[in-house]
Amino acid sequence: MRRDVFQAIADPTRRAIIALIALQSMTPNSIAEHFDTTRQAVSKHLRILTECELVKQEHKGREIYYTLELERMKEIDKWLEQFRKIWETRFSQLDILLETIQNQQKP
Amino acid sequence: MTTAHLQFDFIVDKAQNTITVRREFRANRQLVWDCHTKSELLDQWFAPQPFTTKTKHMDFSPGGYWHYAMIDPTGVEYWSRMDYETVQPVQGYTGLDGFSDADGALNTELPRAHWTATFSDLDAHTLVQTVVKYNSLSDLETVIQMGMQEGLTSTLERLDAFLLTLNS
Repeated sequence: MRRDVFQAIADPTRRAIIALIALQSMTPNSIAEHFDTTRQAVSKHLRILTECELVKQEHKGREIYYTLELERMKEIDKWLEQFRKIWETRFSQLDILLETIQNQQKP
Repeated sequence: MTTAHLQFDFIVDKAQNTITVRREFRANRQLVWDCHTKSELLDQWFAPQPFTTKTKHMDFSPGGYWHYAMIDPTGVEYWSRMDYETVQPVQGYTGLDGFSDADGALNTELPRAHWTATFSDLDAHTLVQTVVKYNSLSDLETVIQMGMQEGLTSTLERLDAFLLTLNS
């Protein structure tokens, strides 16, 4: 199942989880300790993040650790960066047009 | 010409599904307004190079629309349509931006974005703020992914070099 990745990061708890495990891989229990919600609620957030391929599970011995999918995070920023570039470019073009018109208006 | 000292903000609010773009222009408000609302001027800057803009229909008034294409260097046309909702001359306008075909029929399968553009004085310059709001951020993802599929990505990568020549 492929979930909506932006919906995943729109939730403040999920953003906080991402920020936490960006620093180091963590078990669900150690992640849950950072939040005032139930362990089940944290598990649900982790499941959504996993389905969006924003985090992945790693088995170490008997424990499961969650780590960040850095490439996927970069992908999102890349989309937004491209959108930004479109605007930057069209505005540079508008600068030139404005300058051209103003030069023509001068006597 | 340098644009280094002209204000430019690009703020993404993932919780509100909005992108706010603010830009300062070195011209008075009437001229900047004209460049945003007259198709013969829009055609000269709106599509990012190496795309060009072509207008088929423009009625800048509430209920009217701008029907235009962005054309890539091989001649492929990407049609869009901006339906204007409110217009307050030299102050701002709102509208719905969507994809269409060459005849102006709206593509209802693709997401539309709501635009709120506001024009204000910044000393002798003009500040334009455009808030682009999607119904959901997955809508934005769809729009950008489509752009990537249609080759916008490689085009944009070439843009870096182009921008350097502009600014040098």
